[in-house]
Amino acid sequence: MEIPYTVQARPDTGLYNAKLGIWLFLASEVMLFGGLFSAYVLLRVGAEPGMWPHGWLNVTLGTVNTLLLALSAITTLLAWAACKVRDFTKFKIFHACTILLALTFLGIKSYEYHDKLIHYEIKLNNGTFADGHLVEKSADFDLAKKTGTVTLHGHIVTDEKELMDLRSPEAQAAKHEEVIVAATDIKSMGNYGPRHNTFTAIYFTLTGLHALHILGGTLVIFYFWAFGGAMWKTDPERFTNRIEVSGLFWHFVDLVWIFLFPVLYLT
Amino acid sequence: MIFRPARRFTKMSLKAFHLIFVTLLTALAFGCAAWAFQSGSVLWGATAIVAGIFVILYGIYFLKKLKKISYL
Repeated sequence: MEIPYTVQARPDTGLYNAKLGIWLFLASEVMLFGGLFSAYVLLRVGAEPGMWPHGWLNVTLGTVNTLLLALSAITTLLAWAACKVRDFTKFKIFHACTILLALTFLGIKSYEYHDKLIHYEIKLNNGTFADGHLVEKSADFDLAKKTGTVTLHGHIVTDEKELMDLRSPEAQAAKHEEVIVAATDIKSMGNYGPRHNTFTAIYFTLTGLHALHILGGTLVIFYFWAFGGAMWKTDPERFTNRIEVSGLFWHFVDLVWIFLFPVLYLT
Repeated sequence: MIFRPARRFTKMSLKAFHLIFVTLLTALAFGCAAWAFQSGSVLWGATAIVAGIFVILYGIYFLKKLKKISYL
C-alpha cells in the first residue's frame, strides 16, 4: 500500500506529511525550550542582589560557536537547494560541511563544559573562599579524612559576591596564582558543575539540551548523507522533502542558540 | 465538503524559515555590537557591526540566488 502525501501536499492542510509532522514537533519544542527560558527568567529575577553571575562564560568561544551554527544553517539550505536542482554531488559537499561544523560546535561546547568542571570554589574554615582551576590534588587528598592538599590556579576572596561579577574592575584586576589549600582548612568544596548554583544548573540544562538536539540533528543529517543515495535514485522528490524537513529542524536548533547566546554569555 | 488550499504562510518552507533565521541573526549581530560598545570594547563592537552588514548582504544574495525556489 502506498502512503499518500509523502511528496504532494495534502489539499486541506497544504502540506506533505513530513512537513506537517515536523512543524507539530517544532511547536512542542518551542514549548519545551520556552519553559526552560521562563525558568531562567524566574531564577534570575529571584536571585539575591549581587548573587547572579556575570562574565562566567567565554564570550569568544560563544561567538565562534554562533558563527559555526550560522554557517551550518547556510550549508543546510544550500544542500536542500542542491537537491531542488538535482545536483546530488553538491548536496553531499554541503551536508559534509554541515556535519563538520556541527561536530566542531560540539567539540567547543565540550571544552567549555570541561573548563567549568575543573573550576573549583573552596569554602575555607576562616570564612574566605579559594577559587580557581584545579591544578592537582595530592595523592593522599581525602576531604572526609581531612588529609592532603589541593592546588588551584586562582585567588582567595573574602566575600563570595566578589566571585559573581567577573567583568567588574576588581575581578579584572585580581591576580591569579597557584593557591595550595590543606584539606584540614576546607569547610566545603565543589566544582562549577550543575550543582554549584542556579546559574550553572540552568546553564547546563539549557545548553546540554541544546547540544543533544545538535547531536540528534547531526546523526539524522549524517544518515541522509551516507545512506540517502538509494532513495535519491528511486524517489528524488521525496528525498528532497526529507532534506527540507531535517533543514527545518536544524534551523530551529540554530534559532534556539541565537537566543541562548546573548541570554547566557552577554548578560 | 470543499477543501480550500491553506493560506501561503501556513506552508512555511525552509526558504521562509531561513529568511527568519537571517533576520534574527542580523538582530543578534547589532545587539552584540550594542553590548560591546556598552562594555567599552570598540573592536568587538565594530566587528559585530561589520558582521551584521555582512549578514544583510548575504540575505539579499540568498533571496536573489533562490528566486526560482518557491516559499511554499
